[in-house]
Amino acid sequence: MSEKDKTLYQEIRDKGYSRREFMKFCGMMGAILGLQSTGIAQIAKALETKSRIPILWMHFQECTCCSESFIRSSHPIVADIILDKVSLDYTETLMAAAGHQAEKSLHDTMTKHAGEYILMVEGSIPTKNDGYCTIGGKSARQILKEVAAGAKAIVAWGNCASSGCVQAANPNPTGAKAVHEVIHGKPIINVQGCPPIAEVMAGVVVHLLAFERIPQLDKLGRPKEFYSRRVHDTCYRRPNYDAGLFVESFDDENAKKGYCLYKMGCRGPNTYNSCGVIKWNNGVSFPNQSGHPCIGCSEANFWDNGPFYKHLQSFPGFGVEKTADKIGLIVGLATGVGIATHAISTNILKRREIAVGKAELEEKES
Amino acid sequence: MSKRIVVDPVTRIEGHLRVEAEIKDGKIVDAFSSGTMVRGLEIILKGRDPRDAWAFTERVCGVCTTVHALASVRSVENALDIKIPPNAELIRNLMFCAQYMQDHVVHFYHLHALDWVDVVSALKADPAETSKLAQTISKWPKSSPGYFSDLKKRLAKFVESGQLGIFANGYWGHSAYKLPSEVNLIGVAHYLEALEWQKEIVKIHTIFGGKNPHPNYLVGGVPCSVNINEVNAINSERLAYVADLLKGATEFIEQVYIPDLMAIAPYYLDWGGIGGGLSNYLSYGDLPVNGYADVDNYKFPRGIIMNRDLSKVIPVDATDSEQIQESIANSYYTYEGDSGPKHPWEGQTNLNYTGPKPPYDYLDVDQQYSWLKTPRWKGNAMEVGPLSRMLVGYASGREEFKEVVHWALKTLDVPVEALFSTLGRTAARGLETKLIAGWSMEFFNSLMANIKNGDDRTFTKERWDPSSWPTDVKGVGLTEAPRGALAHWIVIKDKLIENYQLVVPSTWNASPRDEKGQRSAYEESLIGTPIADPENPLEILRTIHSFDPCIACAVHLYDEKGSYVHQIQTF
Repeated sequence: MSEKDKTLYQEIRDKGYSRREFMKFCGMMGAILGLQSTGIAQIAKALETKSRIPILWMHFQECTCCSESFIRSSHPIVADIILDKVSLDYTETLMAAAGHQAEKSLHDTMTKHAGEYILMVEGSIPTKNDGYCTIGGKSARQILKEVAAGAKAIVAWGNCASSGCVQAANPNPTGAKAVHEVIHGKPIINVQGCPPIAEVMAGVVVHLLAFERIPQLDKLGRPKEFYSRRVHDTCYRRPNYDAGLFVESFDDENAKKGYCLYKMGCRGPNTYNSCGVIKWNNGVSFPNQSGHPCIGCSEANFWDNGPFYKHLQSFPGFGVEKTADKIGLIVGLATGVGIATHAISTNILKRREIAVGKAELEEKES
Repeated sequence: MSKRIVVDPVTRIEGHLRVEAEIKDGKIVDAFSSGTMVRGLEIILKGRDPRDAWAFTERVCGVCTTVHALASVRSVENALDIKIPPNAELIRNLMFCAQYMQDHVVHFYHLHALDWVDVVSALKADPAETSKLAQTISKWPKSSPGYFSDLKKRLAKFVESGQLGIFANGYWGHSAYKLPSEVNLIGVAHYLEALEWQKEIVKIHTIFGGKNPHPNYLVGGVPCSVNINEVNAINSERLAYVADLLKGATEFIEQVYIPDLMAIAPYYLDWGGIGGGLSNYLSYGDLPVNGYADVDNYKFPRGIIMNRDLSKVIPVDATDSEQIQESIANSYYTYEGDSGPKHPWEGQTNLNYTGPKPPYDYLDVDQQYSWLKTPRWKGNAMEVGPLSRMLVGYASGREEFKEVVHWALKTLDVPVEALFSTLGRTAARGLETKLIAGWSMEFFNSLMANIKNGDDRTFTKERWDPSSWPTDVKGVGLTEAPRGALAHWIVIKDKLIENYQLVVPSTWNASPRDEKGQRSAYEESLIGTPIADPENPLEILRTIHSFDPCIACAVHLYDEKGSYVHQIQTF
């Protein structure tokens, strides 16, 4: 690398940002990553002492929503870092060069930085015919194999690269496959979602940079950091579910009160993602908050998991609560509506109070 | 003796596009445009719930996210005769406007600007002079000598690092770059500012649709509810947020985008005579102010201009089966029986990849060479996009259109013919963004007025339940995507999608030639383009980028078994 000694911290200072702003950035990234203050210090230290990593971002069968999401990353300095710091040497969406010059950029990094660069993939790979996706006359499959060979690690952006997404939906006409189905023997991080949340994408990059390691992954290769909580469990409308308060039709009186969207087909109970916590576009909202049920876009095969507006009958792992159908039935009975609802609500309220109280206590102690 | 040059990948676009051009005596004498990726979404849609189609088709494109969702819900509503509440129309319009503002600004700065702005030359700029210049063209506050001085230092450090990232191997120093260093430095400054800004305006999608890219849509209205006495709905805080975002967007467009466009254009007026290509223009129109059915009251009028004759606008009928036909003469598909162009009602999609086996050096352009079909209106090749919309608006006699067009022509001191060019296309995109910024406030004010008057409906339940649907229905949903005329056709049988077909802007513009050998817009517009250095064909990128290619949108048809697919497309 041409400037091994130059650190991110130095670059940031060179750009006129203060030490204070730098620490603020580390703090923000730490907040996203859910780290304690010692973790933030670790990020700061890492960014001060690590040097640049080249990134090759390849596009195959995709719609470019992952690239679009990536540039929405909200904390101001992140965009600058992604542009400068990680040396984004190839991305068809943004690079100035085209044609032979673009190919040269790719090959320069593949040869000069063999074994050092991170490969990021947007899109699935058609496997039924090499003619279904070619770039510079080469098939997607050939390109992926060549670029993957020298990669230190692979980030599979979004549902396409992680599990094939919409083009892999039944009957998967082009034989679209995820990266992990084509490439073996390399660490692959599946950053799920259609697209993934911008700050999740930035968070994964920071994780790789700061900790120089692959984040802990779940059994589907997703970073636990962002994909270990169900949308259902982190949804602010969850108490309505527990209380049996449901939207029965879009824009009905219950919808106007923001009740639970389970009966409208919400996939939150089956979907692992950060939407309820980080939310979208710098925390502005997320699908359920804006009145549409979660469609489960961070799960493999979500396109084939039944019509979106048909509600899930029941799902496992839900403890003492009844399924929504049963709760709905109780609530629907003319007599005892108040009692049943109140009883359930009260229970929820109590548990929430306990949880909130406990959290506040911990905050004071820390 | 001509020389064949290949640009693949064409970068700074959406999707996978390849251009091959023949060059003779420093000019392009022939050109071939090829879409090189296919996914097959229409096949996947068959047999599914029509109310889900918007989500599938929205994934056709993440750059022009929302546009396919809108066309899709409209096609279903058209088929089922659903009339959505006025607030839903207004919210869709606001999302439409937000999409245009974000997409056009990103196109100008991040996809197109590097064809005109030499990043490396900006290093030679004098910050004080740059500041003076910036302050004469706009009242945008970030224009002090210190601001440009810091930026220049930052840029110098970046270049000195030797790791140029996305700027590596650009055409820097090419003789076709004409801007003074100071204008280049302003361009670089606003490239970075626009990158920060673009993530703000899309929050309108997040507020109404829950996320961006790919916000949620809904057949029958919009998914969000309005309740000004509830925190869990669109309330005064959310509406104030939208107003603030619109205000910020309007400022950026009026104080950065338009001034930059008008500052850069004078150095490239020769491009007002290059890249014109076709002389026929199509717009479906959009932005209803009195409901989708009332086409006469769209902000963007519907119509066709033939032979650059701005004295008349010819109607286009979306339901007339005689008007639109698709040719596969040069596409990787076959038709059973008669292989001539077919109206989409009788269309077939049988895969037949006959291109060279990868890896290959050149396409065989004497036979099929693209995954795009070739749509035609009454046998004519049509250009779609911002220029078409502006021309149709202008020729329809709409004052707003005439005003901005006259202003631009007068400011640049060019004749009306300069519109029919690469520069005209790029300018039209800016001018319509200016119009849209103004319209978005009108839509917002109408929404506020409705809510104030007690109308808080955003959805109609009337035909939500499939049991209320007829057995056999079909519909068409028309819209104007940022890149041009877009339509989805749907056939619903027994509550499920029997067939689904899209004809999208980049299919019109980027398609291969038809059975008569007529070129489509990209290919035609490249003819005659000067190429100073065939090894560095910057000029090809200028014209192709002026269309804002979106190739994932353009290619979507495929039937792997080669069996008959009776997709329905109607006009």
